[in-house]
Amino acid sequence: MSPEPQRKLSSSAGVAPAAAPSYRPATCTPPGAWRGAGYGQPFGATERTDTWWLMPLAQALGLGLLGLYATWAAFQGAHYEFGNYLSPFYSPLLKPAWWPISPAFLILWIPAGFRGTCYYYRKAYYRAFFADPSACAVGEPRKGYRGEVGFPWAIQNLHRYFMYFASILLVFLWWDVIRAFIFTDPDGSHYLAIGGGTLAILASNALLTMYSLSCHSLRHLVGGKLDCFSCAVAGGPRHGAWSRLSALNAHHMGYAWWSLFAVCFADFYVRMCSMGVFHDPMFVTFRHLFDYAPKISHFLL
Amino acid sequence: MSAGAVAGAIAGATAGAAAAAAGARVKAEATTAKREAVLRVYRGDASGGQEVEYQVPVETGMVVLDAIHWIQAHQAPDLAVRWNCKAAKCGSCSAEVNGKPALMCKSRMERFAPGEPIVVRPMKTFPIIRDLVTDVSWNFEVNQRIPPFQPRAGAEWKWQQHDVDRAQEFRKCIECFLCQDVCHVLRSHELKHQFAGPRFLVRIAGLEMHPIDGVDRTPFLKDSAGIGFCNITKCCTEVCPEDIHITDNAIIPLKERVVDRFYDPVQMVWRAITGK
Repeated sequence: MSPEPQRKLSSSAGVAPAAAPSYRPATCTPPGAWRGAGYGQPFGATERTDTWWLMPLAQALGLGLLGLYATWAAFQGAHYEFGNYLSPFYSPLLKPAWWPISPAFLILWIPAGFRGTCYYYRKAYYRAFFADPSACAVGEPRKGYRGEVGFPWAIQNLHRYFMYFASILLVFLWWDVIRAFIFTDPDGSHYLAIGGGTLAILASNALLTMYSLSCHSLRHLVGGKLDCFSCAVAGGPRHGAWSRLSALNAHHMGYAWWSLFAVCFADFYVRMCSMGVFHDPMFVTFRHLFDYAPKISHFLL
Repeated sequence: MSAGAVAGAIAGATAGAAAAAAGARVKAEATTAKREAVLRVYRGDASGGQEVEYQVPVETGMVVLDAIHWIQAHQAPDLAVRWNCKAAKCGSCSAEVNGKPALMCKSRMERFAPGEPIVVRPMKTFPIIRDLVTDVSWNFEVNQRIPPFQPRAGAEWKWQQHDVDRAQEFRKCIECFLCQDVCHVLRSHELKHQFAGPRFLVRIAGLEMHPIDGVDRTPFLKDSAGIGFCNITKCCTEVCPEDIHITDNAIIPLKERVVDRFYDPVQMVWRAITGK
């Protein structure tokens, strides 16, 4: 069957407007003209019979407890190092003389901003802490609502910048992972080993990396912003990268939670070792690896 | 094992499976034949109304829309309900079943515990006309105001499958308006004069991501469709009967395009320098 004649005339079928058109409002009715029964329902009002309150409660507890722990750990300013282990809350370790409080605060604004503006965490805390809404089809506590249109919530639009900074942090965090494999004997010689802290820091950084790679903003910048992959420069590789990041993006919520748990656990583990509460077990040791390449360990440490 | 033995074994297994299936069917029919469900259906109009209770015999494979039809046929012939295909493709029978926005034709009666009352109410975001029927025509007015598809000048009507995969997901939409119903911006805050709602953000995403479309809808998204009012709580995705990933695949990518244009300082400076 031959195609319709007008579909063949691609160049003359339509022309994009030369100037930006003046748009009419998307909606055309005065406020309240299409009001339904859901408007003004009191907080918590719903006909839902399931345990709709369980998820926001669990999210509030999870985010609240982990957030409180992270804040407490950041304020401590001590017990963030143990041998070759460095807590991820304090990495990279910056201790300028002019800085009066814990060095963690020089770093933590980046992951805090990255997670605070994250599209998944937005859903979680709007539901858990602001009840905006606490669950679907459930009444809300406030009538006034501006969404993310004005200050301060319009700041959420800068998520990609926190993502850029967090990506730089990841480089330092992976450096810490390498250092977590290299231990030092009392005589000053170095050896390769895997201890409990090595695994904690490795797991924390692996999950942080997956969380960062599954970011919605990264997915957009890599290829999502294109309308036509096959028309763009490097469209094939960008489509491939976008497809893979999209597959990761489907699990963004899981990576968000697991990475948050893991990074808090890594700090907790290092802290407990540093305080002498935990004894760091050594699972595997490669004693003579650096005998052949001593300069490597010297460079790394 | 010989071919005959294999054939015999297959025949035996098939007969056994058929007997098991028949047995299960008889058992299911025996357990549901005498079962009755309690439906509390909202009856009323704009001036007011109340839930009315009906006892409905439950049969295997029954959905809530079947129960509503049974009530219409046997107890309340004046019960108003909008429906068409009973196959989750027309998007007509949207309602709220036990408080959750859902298609009545996709809400299976087996899902509810025996004796559990099933509350069926009209969608709460739109004005009620009568019983389970609401006036959803606001949606069609919004739809008309979206700048339609217009190909780029000189665009060739030929594209690769991977260029339209994204937009094809959005074409699955059956316009049931459940996403509009559950969206708290429209439902609880009544911002229909400022926010187009998830259904139309999906439609705009399908147009914006079309490989040969030439219209720039980014200012429209920000200033007219009110995309900033969406706070990404994903209720629209949860209720979509077509399993469209409304938030992740439509709304967030559109929000990122708005950020590109209106909030990203580096891109704004770059555009000012290069004029692109």
